[in-house]
Amino acid sequence: MWQALSRLYYKLGSPKWFYEISGRWMPWFLIIGSVLMVLGIVWGLAFAPADYLQGNSFRIIYIHVPAAMLSQSAYIIMAVAGLVGLVWKMKMSFIVAKVIAPIGASVAIIALVTGAIWGKPTWGTYWVWDARLTSMLILMFLYFGVIAIHNAIESEEMANKAAAVLAIVGSINIPIIKYSVEWWNTLHQPATITLTNKPTMVPEMFIPLVLTIIGFYCWFGFWVFARTRNEILLREHRTNWVKKLLISKVTANDSIVGDPETNNRAGE
Amino acid sequence: MNALSIFKRDLLIAFRNRGELLNPLMFFLMVASLFPLAVSPDPKFLGQIAPGVIWVGALLATLLSLDLLFKTDYEDGSLEQMLLVPQPLMLLVLAKVSVHWLVAGLPLALMAPLLGLMLGLPEGGYQPLVISLLLGTPVLSLLGSIGAGLTVGLKKGGMLMPLLILPLYIPVLIFAASAVQSGVDGNSYSGHLAFIGAYLALAVVFAPIAAAAALRITTAR
Amino acid sequence: MFFDSFSSFIQMGNHGIYVWLCYGFFAAIVAANFISPMITRHKVIKDLERQMRREQK
Repeated sequence: MWQALSRLYYKLGSPKWFYEISGRWMPWFLIIGSVLMVLGIVWGLAFAPADYLQGNSFRIIYIHVPAAMLSQSAYIIMAVAGLVGLVWKMKMSFIVAKVIAPIGASVAIIALVTGAIWGKPTWGTYWVWDARLTSMLILMFLYFGVIAIHNAIESEEMANKAAAVLAIVGSINIPIIKYSVEWWNTLHQPATITLTNKPTMVPEMFIPLVLTIIGFYCWFGFWVFARTRNEILLREHRTNWVKKLLISKVTANDSIVGDPETNNRAGE
Repeated sequence: MNALSIFKRDLLIAFRNRGELLNPLMFFLMVASLFPLAVSPDPKFLGQIAPGVIWVGALLATLLSLDLLFKTDYEDGSLEQMLLVPQPLMLLVLAKVSVHWLVAGLPLALMAPLLGLMLGLPEGGYQPLVISLLLGTPVLSLLGSIGAGLTVGLKKGGMLMPLLILPLYIPVLIFAASAVQSGVDGNSYSGHLAFIGAYLALAVVFAPIAAAAALRITTAR
Repeated sequence: MFFDSFSSFIQMGNHGIYVWLCYGFFAAIVAANFISPMITRHKVIKDLERQMRREQK
């Protein structure tokens, strides 16, 4: 059992293994994710009954809640990946952490924007400084900090480590931030706006939400794999397996269009 | 090397580092977010302080972004090259400042309505807010270039530049904030904006001269 | 279908603009998340191929 685990550990650290495995798993993430998303969204938009209090605007929940949940989960995964990279010096882990940041930030923005637009018909205002929204805003700031570090530091190794430190510190901070903002909220009591936005839901309303949540997470997996594979190609381009991969692509192209430059034809 | 080529080159460099363009905007957003957390999230209260908070945020974000105006050129030696070119230095400075405004100041002005939304700025305030920022941020960039020029060679220049420039910014801040407040109250604000416009005209003419003089002083070895 | 007609589906009981704005924004960001790595991959492979061809000569 330990042998299997340690073998898994070494495999996980290998870019080539990751590239091959992700190539096999990606289509599944895409297909299952897309089916679930389409099913969930169509059901939620067209077939679910309208909410008693909120009317039809509640249908925004089917994209808002998955985005909010994913942005938080992704941050934790990014922080854990950073930690693994720092402690076990696993290159692959750093790559995954780097790649999650822009995805997580974009998803956090979806959550913030859809939440703000949902707020207008429901509570009359686009924005309110309550615990949940403020914490989500700060989460977006944290994501941008990680992205900024990767942009600013030229040395990849240094950037990976610095970003990992920021992500880890940020993730420890998130519960603290959430607690402080909630505590501050009780002082200021915007209690007239109760933002517990999960209406009591019948199954016809709840199941499409489960579908879109799972579907969105599947898409997240696809997106992470897609970006990670690009990073792997860039970093490992000197290795034989990448060169072989590229050659097979080149000859596949040349068999269609004979390459006039080198007078090569397929098979030569 | 002339003003136009420097303008194009700075623009190209800015777009090569696209990610860095977001930093002043994020800072702007964060500074504005600090006030509700530090004082009160009451929408009425926030609506009253929104004009000032947004303008102070824009000011601070511009200050931070000015640091790099001359620094990278100074460090790789191209700044000294610019000093030796037959073209008047003030035109070259004007070119660099124009890029700085396009890349740092203008986005701030465009993002301000979003902050107005989050801080509950009353309806009448949006138009004067954006116009005052469109007129005012070039002034901030122009005056800022003087401070940047004075501190470019200094290793410990970080805090010094804001100290030098902030007094110069105060007239803009006063008239811009009062323009927005006027708009919120439903009064005319064109007089306030006219002052900023006049300040801008003065700055366009004199700031590059002063910045060029500052650069000649601080980079003389 | 919860809605009687297609037009009432679009209208969403005068919440239509909010719902469709949200879904539109969501679609845009999702599309970007799909397209961006595809473009990068295309560019990376082209660049690496060019580099390899240069090294072969």
